[in-house]
Amino acid sequence: MLIKKLAILLAAALPVTGFASSAGGGVIHAAHTDVNNTASLQRGARNFVNYCMGCHSAKYVRYNRMGVDLGLSEQQIIDNLMFTGERPHDTMKISMTADDAKRWFGTTPPDLTLIARSRGTDYVYSFLKSFYVDPSRPTGMNNLVLPGTAMPHVLWELQGYQNAVYEGESDTKSSAVHKTFKEFELAKPGSMTPHEYDEFVRDTVNFLAYIGEPMQIERRNLGLRVLAFLLVFFLLAYFLKKEYWKDVT
Amino acid sequence: MSANIQGSAPGQGAVAKPRSSALMDWINARAPRLQRFMREHLTEYYAPKNFNFWYYFGSLALLVLVLQIVTGIFLTMNYKPSATEAFASVEYIMRDVDWGWLIRYMHSTGASAFFIVVYLHMFRGLMYGSYKNPRELVWIFGMLIYVALMAEAFFGYLLPWGNMSYWGAQVIVSLFGAIPGIGDALTEWIRGDYYISDITLNRFFALHVIALPLALVFLVIAHLLALHEVGSNNPDGVDIKKVKGPDGHPVDGIPFHPYYTVKDLVGVVVFAALFSCVLFFAPEMGGYFLEHANFDAADSLKTPENIAPVWYFTPFYAILRAVPNKLLGVILMGVAVVAFFFLPWLDRAKVKSIRYRGWLFKAFLFAFAVSFLALGYLGLQHPTPALTNAARVFSAVYFAFFFLMPWYTRIDPTKPVPDRVTYHAH
Repeated sequence: MLIKKLAILLAAALPVTGFASSAGGGVIHAAHTDVNNTASLQRGARNFVNYCMGCHSAKYVRYNRMGVDLGLSEQQIIDNLMFTGERPHDTMKISMTADDAKRWFGTTPPDLTLIARSRGTDYVYSFLKSFYVDPSRPTGMNNLVLPGTAMPHVLWELQGYQNAVYEGESDTKSSAVHKTFKEFELAKPGSMTPHEYDEFVRDTVNFLAYIGEPMQIERRNLGLRVLAFLLVFFLLAYFLKKEYWKDVT
Repeated sequence: MSANIQGSAPGQGAVAKPRSSALMDWINARAPRLQRFMREHLTEYYAPKNFNFWYYFGSLALLVLVLQIVTGIFLTMNYKPSATEAFASVEYIMRDVDWGWLIRYMHSTGASAFFIVVYLHMFRGLMYGSYKNPRELVWIFGMLIYVALMAEAFFGYLLPWGNMSYWGAQVIVSLFGAIPGIGDALTEWIRGDYYISDITLNRFFALHVIALPLALVFLVIAHLLALHEVGSNNPDGVDIKKVKGPDGHPVDGIPFHPYYTVKDLVGVVVFAALFSCVLFFAPEMGGYFLEHANFDAADSLKTPENIAPVWYFTPFYAILRAVPNKLLGVILMGVAVVAFFFLPWLDRAKVKSIRYRGWLFKAFLFAFAVSFLALGYLGLQHPTPALTNAARVFSAVYFAFFFLMPWYTRIDPTKPVPDRVTYHAH
């Protein structure tokens, strides 16, 4: 009995708890983002302001700070990333009000500043790859990662439309059919190849990872210096202790 | 350059005494008790020379307390305790305040570090019988610190006003609703409102930054004064005052300063390195130190999928969930904490240290440690029937450690305790 319980406990301990609980049943792919890749972040910033910021804000992110971190001059930000007369020290807000959004979409599109921290990059990456045709939905599209999402497939021009293909398993007793998701099948190609689309989404998610914690590169760099200092300090402290404790017998 | 403490203008040719001694003379002439205090608690506080690894965590707990107070002061300079501004002000600290992210991560990592060192410090007490006569009062002050620390952590966790802050507070405050008769009125009184609101946030802020830190500091002082009155225990559980040298000091004792200050300094550096590994490379600690759901702002309409308190409360949370009846669960959860206070009287053994105890105590202490860790793990998981049953088994072991203690410590065969401590110079 106890052995059985221990076995259950061990089995439960095996999977790493993380973002698993937030998935809605779709397949979660690893995003493989890298916030040290500045070119990818720049492309992600372009994607974000062009495709996401119609509806989603990033209201804690300042344009000019982003420019510094992404290696862009103020003029480059103004010319390429700011479209509605903001000033460089403004945050990335949008003009759609929460009330309008609620009327138009049934829900307010969430602010995306911290989405990579609350849901994880893998989740957002997989979400953006998991839209499929579903005529029963108001937008004609559904999402496997977040079923019933109110978000339309805004990237359809790039990705095209995909159908969800299921493997059917009919239960003879109840005549119910248990469907399990098998794969996506491209019904109508978009302007990008699947590989190009993956890279597009990866850059965008990489940008989201960056805005979630803009100081993360600085944080790791400082950490290495602090640890190097502590190593030297440790040697001093250790030999100081040795010296003092010589007379303890 | 240090300030000229003698006040004489430079270049007058006066031969100055060594500055530190002149300053000390000046102070001693006015406050002679200060020097006596330093002697009693540092330079002439004789601590056993055989402290081992487990004896680092007391000074580390003090270090973390100071760290939390100092970083907390700087956080309050930019934090806004208001339901509409709190979440944004934390992001402001993380993004726009110079070094704000460092201070905030030090504080959030410090909260978990505090519990880690305090749990290890308490376990040390269990192993070496540090709660036993004559140190009952030291133990009780220590337990009061632990309870105050839990309250401090709970109030502080609401302040970022994330969604897990909100719902965690909602769940824990609602536990008081299980008390018959006054439950509902009591929860309303705690919240100051019918739900967790701006009013709740404001009062939790007041309690977190003033009331409990003050209580903690006073309790720590009481803990140390009570300890220095009776002297420190040690891994052998031997009373070092029994064998004194011709100078009247314990033969096996060494002055706390400089011997243990330099030794603890080594512990501080090692601790700082481990702390830095989390702080700089994994400040969320995989969602255990900063929970993922807390990066969404508080939303009274959206419940997180799996509401779990932060890891340091989960052993007690698992006990609560293991009991089908809510009131009984709350009572048992309370007993799980309160039972520690009674350890000095539950333990009937003649010896203090685990080194001279028999296999029974060792087995019970081991089972207790395992069940505490297992409950901590189970409290983090989404409950399933199998996991709930496991939590019941471990809860039973947890309580057996306390309630069977008068029995197993009395019949446990003990070994003879030596007169002097075991110490090998290295």
